[in-house]
Amino acid sequence: MMTTARSGFTLVQAALALLIAAFLLAFLVVPVIMVIYVAFANPDGELTLSHFASFFQISLMRESFWNSLIVATLSVVFASLIALPLAYFTARFEFRGALLIQTLGILPLIMPPFVGAVAMQLIFGRSGSLNLLLGDWFDINLPIMQGLNGVIFVEALHYFPFILMNLTVALNNIDSSMEESAQNLGASGMRLFRRIVFPLAMPGYVAGAALVFIKVFDDLGTPLVLNVTNMLAPQAYLRITSVGIEDPIGYVISVLMIGFSLLALWASALVLKGRDYATLQRGYSGLARRRLKPWQSVIAYGWIILVLLLVLSPHLGILLLSFGKVWSFSVLPDSFTLEHYMTVAQDSPRMVWNTMLYCGLAATLDVILGTAIAYLILRTRLPLRQSLDFMASAALAIPGVVLAIGYLRTFKGVQLPFMDEMLTSSWILIMLAYTVRRLPYALRSCVAALQQMHVSLEEAAENLGASKRRTIYRIVVPLMAGGILAGFVTSFMTAAVELSATIMLTTSQTDAPMSYGIYLYMQSAAGRGPGAALGVLAVVIVALGTYFSHRLIRSRAAGQQARPLQKIEV
Amino acid sequence: MDAMQKVKVEIRNVSLAYGATPVLRDISVSIAPGEFFALLGPSGSGKSTLLRLIAGFNQAQSGTIIIGGEDITRVPPWQRNIGMVFQNYALWPHMTVNGNVAFGLVERRLPREVIREKVAAALELVGLRDYGERRPGQLSGGQQQRVALARTIAIEPKVLLLDEPLSNLDAKLRVHMRTELLALQRKLGITTIFVTHDQEEALSISDRVAVLDGGVIQQIGTPMELYDHPANRFIANFVGTINLLKGKVGPAGTGVAFDSHALGRITLPQTKAAAGDAEIAIRPHALTLLASGDNTDAGQVWVEGTVAEREFLGEFVRYTVRVGDTDLIADQPHYSGHPIHVPGNRVKVGINPAQVRLLTA
Repeated sequence: MMTTARSGFTLVQAALALLIAAFLLAFLVVPVIMVIYVAFANPDGELTLSHFASFFQISLMRESFWNSLIVATLSVVFASLIALPLAYFTARFEFRGALLIQTLGILPLIMPPFVGAVAMQLIFGRSGSLNLLLGDWFDINLPIMQGLNGVIFVEALHYFPFILMNLTVALNNIDSSMEESAQNLGASGMRLFRRIVFPLAMPGYVAGAALVFIKVFDDLGTPLVLNVTNMLAPQAYLRITSVGIEDPIGYVISVLMIGFSLLALWASALVLKGRDYATLQRGYSGLARRRLKPWQSVIAYGWIILVLLLVLSPHLGILLLSFGKVWSFSVLPDSFTLEHYMTVAQDSPRMVWNTMLYCGLAATLDVILGTAIAYLILRTRLPLRQSLDFMASAALAIPGVVLAIGYLRTFKGVQLPFMDEMLTSSWILIMLAYTVRRLPYALRSCVAALQQMHVSLEEAAENLGASKRRTIYRIVVPLMAGGILAGFVTSFMTAAVELSATIMLTTSQTDAPMSYGIYLYMQSAAGRGPGAALGVLAVVIVALGTYFSHRLIRSRAAGQQARPLQKIEV
Repeated sequence: MDAMQKVKVEIRNVSLAYGATPVLRDISVSIAPGEFFALLGPSGSGKSTLLRLIAGFNQAQSGTIIIGGEDITRVPPWQRNIGMVFQNYALWPHMTVNGNVAFGLVERRLPREVIREKVAAALELVGLRDYGERRPGQLSGGQQQRVALARTIAIEPKVLLLDEPLSNLDAKLRVHMRTELLALQRKLGITTIFVTHDQEEALSISDRVAVLDGGVIQQIGTPMELYDHPANRFIANFVGTINLLKGKVGPAGTGVAFDSHALGRITLPQTKAAAGDAEIAIRPHALTLLASGDNTDAGQVWVEGTVAEREFLGEFVRYTVRVGDTDLIADQPHYSGHPIHVPGNRVKVGINPAQVRLLTA
């Protein structure tokens, strides 16, 4: 293998880049462009805005449009209200609640919002546990779960960790000298926080808030399970499934959804632009932590416990539901049974297997693509290599519903080679949708792993006689293993609870993954028990997977760095 | 480990630019077999780029690199068999010390038994025989560097390249590792090229030094040649401390004289030089200081001045003497009882014409 001095890349690298580009074009770019094209084309193929005009003439559509916007915005507001104090407590104060908050941070993410939604209705609904108690004691009824309120409540509780985690990292990265110089110049207390600390952490907050907005806007499962259909995602789904794949309104909604995703990303990019606060100076020291005064402890712990209870409520609710015989118009289920788990064990092993298969394949593809793209963009001088990164990351802005509609339309009538089956009715499309949608996460984690690796580690291998291929095999991949594994786990876990694309692309019971099964069960009152049992199963699988991969990553990291040992040695 | 083959390194007319920025301009160096050769220069001078060019990590736009009579300009790094020790050592954290040292041998498909022997021998050579099972993160900085060295010499390279090998060590260890490196190089006899920005380091251990600045080799020579006969103003300034004085050169009788406002006329030892504006360089310890009343020796040129500053540096005292509008630095050896001049005192400064260097540029 010989690198050419002038162009700086090999034929193998160029071929690999073309292969990846072809994959992304076929399964991301073309389907999305197809969706946009259909939304703007009349039956003769001419460009027109008439579909948009008819969209806004339908009152249900206008209502859905505003509802989606309101729900996404208010979810961000409530998620911020939950996350801000928690992030501030961990970054500024020395207290034991920090670990609790970290746990809080990942808990909601291991269960998809639509699974918890049913349980939330049983606890916070009109005739749920809370309102039954409130009715008995004070004769009041809080409309927490009514209509849009329910969606906002469930989404805010589910997605606030995105803001919490981004904000905490940003706060922890602020150098104490930033704060000290402000104090030196006379700022303190809330003014210090408002003028220095929060603006410095702003990029982290905005990144988290934009993510929440996009996620809520995309979410199809939660409104459907809560029976709220006057929002954009449910309307797109209903139009395509009831009117048909030719209905232009579904495409108009898709374009609007893409537009809002892009808007959120653009807004966050705008805030981040030129504000790459490399706030940590050499000789790292984060913000000074203070000890809490007793009355402050009471407030802090009070807030944390309240949030913890809320966050745990869907999990507890699902657990109760899965064991409860009958649970309706009562604070707790009347009696307990294992019946639902028996039903699930009989009905759904196939679904569990399907989830493992699709998500396993998708996550594998993701890390292969992620590693390859990371290597191409960071270690070669291939022309246009950045466009691979851009294409792969663009998937972040594409809602699952939109991607699914694009697939159904683009691959309509395409037959699988050597099989008597349509591509659109096979599970391969579900798997590919998972791959494309989770690729941005896997890619980021691969890029980060490669960025942390000094180039001289590879040069040393080449210097000692290893070719490019051997260097990748013996040095690059083993050293990236932690990042690759983290990428695999993130892809797998989040794909396992994906519902938006799943609902639209699942055509038969035998091909259905767990997330679809839970949704199906939850449709009927009698199915809630088994649905909850399947949900518990999904949570357990995801939690176990996360736990073991964290342990694996940590034990690898400990073996490789062993920094504390160095001190003993010297 | 036995002595290795001694190989000649020739760099011919090498130029390299990043975009429009030239980094190396028409570099030609010939390094003798078994030589310990230093590339010295300030940061940004192109010295590391030249080293990486020899290792194959950079590609020159023009020129050739010949090692042991073989043109390797187009050979990829992994086929060159030129060992390089990286500035940050580049030890792979996912392998043990043994794994790191064995790496190149595994790539060469050597039998397991041979690899074991060679790894043990290389570690023995750097004094880390019992450290094979450790991870790089469990070693101190000095130990990490020895492992990097062992890893490189284990493949018995034709040439050894060292990129700022001592810069990550603390001052005391640096001096120690310096002598150890030299001893190892002498034992193996391997042609060694090392990059440094530290002139003391370059002068103390290398056979010859090439000084780079702005991508151009300013001078190549033994440490003593560089010190005693700097080729130009840059070298004079960069290597050691020196007094530089501007003036005019012209013929005087049978020889050449240098006229300057501060020092008057100095008759130079050389017999000819182009007349016109010129500059002379004098090392601080080549100047003699006497109290204004003392008798002077007629073989030197004497000027009067006032002591402006005094720095006590142990082995010698560094005086800054103001002569007219020029400051001269004069180092006087120190031992107990040697006369001391106090700032403000009038002194005579003696200049030995044999120690004066006329600079060309």
